Amino acid sequence: MTKLLEWVFGVSVVGAAWAFVTFDILKMSIPRTYREVAWPMPLYLLVTFGCYSLATVGYRVATFNDCDDAAKELQAQIIEAREDLRKKGLKF
Amino acid sequence: MASRTSTRTQGDGEKYSVLLPTYNERENLPLIVWLLVKYFGESGYDYEIIVIDDGSPDGTLEIAEQLQKIYGEDKILLRPRAKKLGLGTAYIHGIKHASGTFIFIMDADLSHHPKFIPEFIEKQKEGDYDLVSGTRYQGDGGVYGWDLRRKLISRGANFVTQVLLRPGASDLTGSFRLYKRKVLEGLIERCVSKGYVFQMEMIIRARQLDYSIGEVPISFVDRVYGESKLGGNEIVSFLKGLLTLFATT
Repeated sequence: MTKLLEWVFGVSVVGAAWAFVTFDILKMSIPRTYREVAWPMPLYLLVTFGCYSLATVGYRVATFNDCDDAAKELQAQIIEAREDLRKKGLKF
Repeated sequence: MASRTSTRTQGDGEKYSVLLPTYNERENLPLIVWLLVKYFGESGYDYEIIVIDDGSPDGTLEIAEQLQKIYGEDKILLRPRAKKLGLGTAYIHGIKHASGTFIFIMDADLSHHPKFIPEFIEKQKEGDYDLVSGTRYQGDGGVYGWDLRRKLISRGANFVTQVLLRPGASDLTGSFRLYKRKVLEGLIERCVSKGYVFQMEMIIRARQLDYSIGEVPISFVDRVYGESKLGGNEIVSFLKGLLTLFATT
């Protein structure tokens, strides 16, 4: 199954469950409180996921390592390499 | 049990081929080769470097020939092509002439540092991984030379990729990797994308085929000799590639 199909399947299952509870499709006389809680759930889940996404990406950007030492080391090695290669006869 | 020392004088019976596709890397090629020779030499592992130049107008091939004279034709192999033909085919072309049991792929512009090569090899041995991927996003991996905008785009794109594709690897667009030779050959055959989406597809297909993937944190140093831009076009083509992978794998 492709990822797309997995998502379509997952969303359908959750969506069907939500519809059954919210609109009492099977006429199971679901208590009013359950239906009132279920009704805004999709929106709540979306908003929660949105907040989670922002927080996660924000955290990851803030903790993204800056490799200053690596850059310095590379610059030093470039100088060393050019000198060594010149000695070995490389014509830049 | 042999104790681990920082330099080894004997190899491990394996040979590591490094594929370096190049286009206009006259400045960087001698430096990356020097670094590869240094770190492979210190580690004692057997290696060869295969330079696949796509007809660079700046004389990359000429300087590669000089390097070949300095380091030997057994260490530096030249497999040039007439014009810019793309990464996947460059790898295929390079592998044909590779004598290694393992293949490294990396960028030739010094954004990937050969000092991580022993770490890749050790990681591979640790779990007999089919492929080892360098990651900028975990451990003490990171980048140099990226502003906030670039970091935001990178992390944002990676997040969307993780949510949609659940790839089981933290850095999908990275191209500093170690593959078992057969694994690389098999994956290239199956991949249809281009550019860095190709790198993403390699990992996704590896997951599909149940290959084991190890990770090594790496530092990615950007813009040593020039500008690397990430504009609207690249973002659009990334999204297109991502959605294609989403719908087809």
